[in-house]
Amino acid sequence: MGISVRGVEKRYVSRGKETSALQHVDLEIASGEFVAFVGPSGCGKSTLLNMIAGIVPASTGQILHDGRIVADANRNVGYMTQGDSVLPWYTVARNVDLPLKIQNVGADERKRRVADWLGRVGLLGFEASYPAELSGGMRKRVALAQVLVYDPSTLLMDEPFGALDAQLKLLMQAELLKIWETTRKTVVFVTHDLAEAVTLANRVVVFSGRPGRIKLVEDIPLAYPRDPFRVRFRPEFEAIYARLWDALAPEIAKGEAI
Amino acid sequence: MSARIEEAAAIGSVATPSAAVAAWHAEQGRRRMAVLVGRILVGIAIITIWEYASGRWIEPLFISSPSRVGTRLWRWTVTGQLWNHLSITLYATAIGFAIGSSVGFVFGILFGRFKTIADVFDPYITAIYSIPKIALAPLFIIWFGIGIESKVAVSASIVFFVVFLNTYAGTRDVNQLYVHSTRIMGGSELDILRYVVVPSAASWVITGLKVSVPYALVGTVIGEFMSANRGIGFVIAQATGLFDTTSVFAGLVTLGVVGAIINVALKHVEIRLLRWKG
Repeated sequence: MGISVRGVEKRYVSRGKETSALQHVDLEIASGEFVAFVGPSGCGKSTLLNMIAGIVPASTGQILHDGRIVADANRNVGYMTQGDSVLPWYTVARNVDLPLKIQNVGADERKRRVADWLGRVGLLGFEASYPAELSGGMRKRVALAQVLVYDPSTLLMDEPFGALDAQLKLLMQAELLKIWETTRKTVVFVTHDLAEAVTLANRVVVFSGRPGRIKLVEDIPLAYPRDPFRVRFRPEFEAIYARLWDALAPEIAKGEAI
Repeated sequence: MSARIEEAAAIGSVATPSAAVAAWHAEQGRRRMAVLVGRILVGIAIITIWEYASGRWIEPLFISSPSRVGTRLWRWTVTGQLWNHLSITLYATAIGFAIGSSVGFVFGILFGRFKTIADVFDPYITAIYSIPKIALAPLFIIWFGIGIESKVAVSASIVFFVVFLNTYAGTRDVNQLYVHSTRIMGGSELDILRYVVVPSAASWVITGLKVSVPYALVGTVIGEFMSANRGIGFVIAQATGLFDTTSVFAGLVTLGVVGAIINVALKHVEIRLLRWKG
C-alpha cells in the first residue's frame, strides 16, 4: 500500500525540442506517511506530484498507488494546490458538497459530512458565502474540507499555503497536522520552504535542480504532535534544517546561475 | 482562535453600523438622486428643443415634432395598431434570439472543448462571420418567404455568431486547475462540463446574450424593412415611402423604448446569475 514510484522519468517536447524535467526517480511512500518534496523551482517536484495525481503522464516508468497503476486522473487522492481550486461560482457548502454529489453519495449522508467537515475546519456560519467573499486563509480551509470530505486515502498538496502570509501559514500548518494526526492519511506535500517541510513531514525528499532527480531523502526524527509555532526553536530542528540546507543550497545556486 | 475571529472580521460578518457607514449610505443616496434628476432634465431638454425647432428652424416634414409623435403613438395604442405590429416584431426577435443563442451556445462549447474541430472550421467560420448578416437577408427571404420565418432567420444568424464566439472564448478560458481537481474528485467529462465549463463560461455567455438581444431586434427590423406586411420595421419602411416622418419617429421611439426595457431586464438577470463574482 502507499505510493510506489518506479523508474519514473519525465521529458517534455516543446517546439520540437525534448527537455528532461525529471530523471529516473525511485521512491516508496508508506501508507500514513507525511512526506515533503523540496527543491529549487523547476526541479520537477510538482511534476512528480502531478504524475501521482494522474494528471500528467510519466514518460517512462510507472507509479502505483494503493497497489493500482496510476493511468489517468487518480480518484483516490485529494489534490490541493497553491492556486484556489474551489469553484468561485458555488457557495462554500456547495463546493464541499461537490465531490460527494459527483460520487453519488446519498443526500442525508452528504449533508452530515459537509456539516462535519465545515465544522472541523472552522467554517460554520459561512456555508452560504461565495469564495470571493472569503479571505485567502478561509478559501484554503474550504479547499481542505473539499478534499477531506470524500475521505481519499492520500492527500497530494502542491505548495497549498504558498500564497498565505507567514502567520496564517503557521496556523494552516497546525490545522493540517491536527487533521493528519487524527486521520493518518498519506500526505505528499510539495514546498520550496525548507522550514515548512521540516515542520510538517516525517520524511523530506530533496530534489536537485533541473533536470530534477532525488538528491537526498532524510527522516525527520521530531516527535508528533508537533506545534508549528514552537518546533522550529528546538535544537534538533536546527541540526536537521542545517543538514538539509547544505544539500539544497547548491541546487538553488545552480538554478540562479543559469 | 483569535486568528479565526480576525478572519471573520475581515469579511465584515461582525461589522456594526457606524456613523461613517450611515454617512456613506446617505452620500450614495444623494448621488443616485442627482443622476435621476439629471436624466429627467436632459430628457425634457431634448423634447423641448425638438418641439421648438420643429416648424421654426427645420421643416416639420423632416423632423416631425414630439407632440405629433406622441399623438400618433397614442392613436396607435388605442386602435391596437401598435401592439399588432410590435407583437410580431417582438415575437420574431424572441424566436430568432432563442434559436440563435442556443445553437451558438452548443457550438461554442463543442468547439471550445475540441480544439481540432475548431481548427478545421476556423477559416470558414471567420469567412461567414465577415459577411454582414444584412447581406443574407435577401437570401433568407427567397428561402423562407416574406412571413415571420425570414425575420427569425436574420435575427438568429446575427445572434448565433455573437453567442457562439463568446461561448467559445469562455470555454477556452476555463481554468485547467478546476478541470483537474474536479476530475480527481471523481468527475466525468459530463460533470466537468456541468460544474466547471458551463458556469465558468457563463460570464462570457451572458455578455454575449446581452449584446445580442439588441442585434436580434436589429435583424428582425431589417427583415421587416425588406419585405413584410406587419411589424415595426414594416411600419417605418412604409411611412418612409409616404414621407410620413411622424410615423417614422413613432416607430423609432417604440424600438428605442423596447430596446431600453430589454436591456434593463438583462442587467437584472446578469446580476442574479453572476452574484458569485461578489
